[in-house]
Amino acid sequence: MEKFNNILSKATPIHIENIDTDQIIPARFLKAVSREGFGDNLFRDWRYDNMNNPIEDFILNRADKTNKILVAGRNFGCGSSREHAAWAIYDFGFRVVVSSFFADIFNNNALNNGLLTIKLNEKSLSKVFELIRENEKIEFNVDLENQVFFTNNGSFNESFSINSFNKTCLINGYDSIDYLNSKKDSILQFEKLNKL
Amino acid sequence: MNHPKTLFDKVWEAHVVDEIPDGPSILYIDKHLIHEVTSPQAFLGLRKRGLKVFRPEKTIATADHNVPTLNQHLPIKEELSRNQLNQLTKNCKDFGIELYGLGHKYQGIVHVIGPELGITQPGMTIVCGDSHTSTHGAFGSIAFGIGTSEVEMVLASQCLLQKKPKTMLIEINGELQKGVYSKDIILYIISKISSSGGTGYFVEYSGSTISSLSMEARMTICNMSIEMGARGGMIAPDQKTFDYVENKKFSPDGIDFDNKVKYWKSLVSDSNAKYDKVLKFDAKDIEPMITYGTNPGMGMKIRDKIPELPMEGSKDSFDKSLNYMGLKSGTHLLNKKIDYVFIGSCTNSRMEDLRIAAKFIDGKQKASGVSAWVIPGSKQVEKMAKEEGIDKIFKNAGFEFRQPGCSACLAMNDDKIPKNKFCVSTSNRNFEGRQGPGSRTMLASPLTAAATAVNGYVTDVRDYI
Repeated sequence: MEKFNNILSKATPIHIENIDTDQIIPARFLKAVSREGFGDNLFRDWRYDNMNNPIEDFILNRADKTNKILVAGRNFGCGSSREHAAWAIYDFGFRVVVSSFFADIFNNNALNNGLLTIKLNEKSLSKVFELIRENEKIEFNVDLENQVFFTNNGSFNESFSINSFNKTCLINGYDSIDYLNSKKDSILQFEKLNKL
Repeated sequence: MNHPKTLFDKVWEAHVVDEIPDGPSILYIDKHLIHEVTSPQAFLGLRKRGLKVFRPEKTIATADHNVPTLNQHLPIKEELSRNQLNQLTKNCKDFGIELYGLGHKYQGIVHVIGPELGITQPGMTIVCGDSHTSTHGAFGSIAFGIGTSEVEMVLASQCLLQKKPKTMLIEINGELQKGVYSKDIILYIISKISSSGGTGYFVEYSGSTISSLSMEARMTICNMSIEMGARGGMIAPDQKTFDYVENKKFSPDGIDFDNKVKYWKSLVSDSNAKYDKVLKFDAKDIEPMITYGTNPGMGMKIRDKIPELPMEGSKDSFDKSLNYMGLKSGTHLLNKKIDYVFIGSCTNSRMEDLRIAAKFIDGKQKASGVSAWVIPGSKQVEKMAKEEGIDKIFKNAGFEFRQPGCSACLAMNDDKIPKNKFCVSTSNRNFEGRQGPGSRTMLASPLTAAATAVNGYVTDVRDYI
C-alpha cells in the first residue's frame, strides 16, 4: 500500500445518494485477475452511453482529471463487497472520498487500499457541495495527521475521525497482512487453546 | 452473575484472538468460502509476498458468479470469463484448496452450497468475498462479506481485522398471512428502515414468526441483511437448525455431533442482553411485497401506489430512481405488464423456493411475451428438482430451467435483461443496471414471480389462493 500524503486538490462532486458499487464498477467489468486498470470503467454506465460515447454532462467527463477528491451523497458504496470499486476510484486518480455516510464493507476496502474516506455530517457535506457549485476551482486540504479537511481561505474547516490503527497504516503505507503475519504466535496459541 | 450477552457477543468473543487498542480486533475465521471473481487478486498478493495459505483446509472454493447457465459441459466462450475460472482452478491447485468447479456434483452458488454441504454450522465465523455471506447467519453463525484484501488476510493468517459492530434486534411476532413468504418479510423490513438503516450494525432476528420459518426461509432473510446496510444477520439455532445440519457431508457425526449440539444450544441471547437498537414488527402487517425503485429500500406492499416522497434522503435522488425505472409516483405496479421473470440467486434458488413456484405453475402456461428463467442454486438442487420432476413442470409451462450459477442476479455472464425491460426477480438487488445495462428490476418472492410469469403482469398471489 502507498503512503497517504497530505492533499491539496480540487474536488469532483457527484450529488447523488445511495451510490452502490454496481454503479461505481458494473459487474461485467469484474473479469480481470489483477488490481490495475479498473479506473477506465469507473462509473461506466453514467460516463458512457450504450454506443460507448462519453455522456458529456456527467461530471466525471467534465471535471479536471487530476482532482484527487471525490465528493458524493450519503450511503456511498452500498451493495456488493467488490473491492474493485475501491480499486477503480483509486486507479482513476482519487485519493479521498467525502460523504456523509459510507457503507461498511466499502469503507474497509477503501482504507485497505490507501483510499481515505472522510465522513462529514449532512450539513457540512451540503456546504462542500455548495462551495464547489459556487466555484468549481476551489481547492480543499486533507491533513490526515491532524484529521482536518479545510480550504485555505477558511470558508470550510471540519475535523474528521479515523481510528488510530487505520491512520497509522495509511500514513506509513503499512499493510494489514504484514501486521497479521507478525501476530502468528498469538494465532497459533489461539488455535491450540480452542483445539482448532 | 455474568454480564448478559447477545448471541452475537457469544460467537464474537469466542473468536477474538487479540484486540488492538483504538483499532480492530483480530478475529479468527472458522470457514472461508471463495469464488472466481473476488479471489484472483488475493492469490496474486500471496504470490508477490511469497506466502502460503495458512490453513488451506478451512477454505472451500466454487465457481458461480461468472459461469454460463447453459451448456456447462462445453468450454466457456468468452475469453475473460474462461481465464478467470482457469485462474481459480490453478490457484486452488497451487495452494491446496478444495474446489467444486464447473461440472463438479457440489458446484453451485457459494451461499447455497455452504449450508447444503454442512460447511455452515452454528457458532462459526464464516466469511467470503461476497456481501451475501450474511446468508449463513441463519444457522447462528457470524457470517459476513469481505473485500479482496481481506480475502488475502484470511488466506494468509486465517484471521481478519474487524471492528466490533453495534447490535440490533429485529423481533417479528405473529402468524403470516397466506401468500406471504420470508422474502416478503425481509423486503418489508428494509422498506421500513431503508437501505442504510442497518449500517454499522449486526442484526439478530427473533420472535415467533422467525421461529416458525424453515431453515431455507431463514436463509432468505439473513441473506438480505446487507440490503439494509447491516454487516450481517443471524438467528439463534434451534431444533430445526440441528436437524438441518445433521447428516450433511461436512457435519460432525455420532458423539461429536451430540457434543456440538450441546454447545449449539447455548447459542441464544441471554434474557437481559442489551442491544444497541431494537425494532419490533407484527407479522399480520406484512403483505406480498414488490420494489419500485433502484435500491431494495424502495419497496411497497404489492397493492400500494408508488409513494410521492422518499422515506429518507433527497427528492432528487428519489426522482432519478423513478425516472430510471420509467415509473411515476402515485401509480400502481399491480397489473403492470412485465417482460422477464428470474427465479434464482443466493436469495431464492433453493429447493423450497423452486417447489413453491412449481406448485403454483403446475398445469399452467407462462404468458406469451414473457421470458421466464429458473436457475437452481446448485448442482444438488438441480438434481433434486429433476428427481422430483420440478424441472418438467417449469419446462411444460414454458420456463427455461437452466444450470446453477449467479446468473441474471448480477448479469456477469450472458444472462442479461435488456435495456428498459421490466424483470420481476427473486434476487436481492434492484440497482441501476444490475441485471444488465438499462434493466429495470422489481424484487419479489418466488411465488409472486411465478404468478407474474403466468399472467404477464404484476400479480397479487392472494387472488389465487
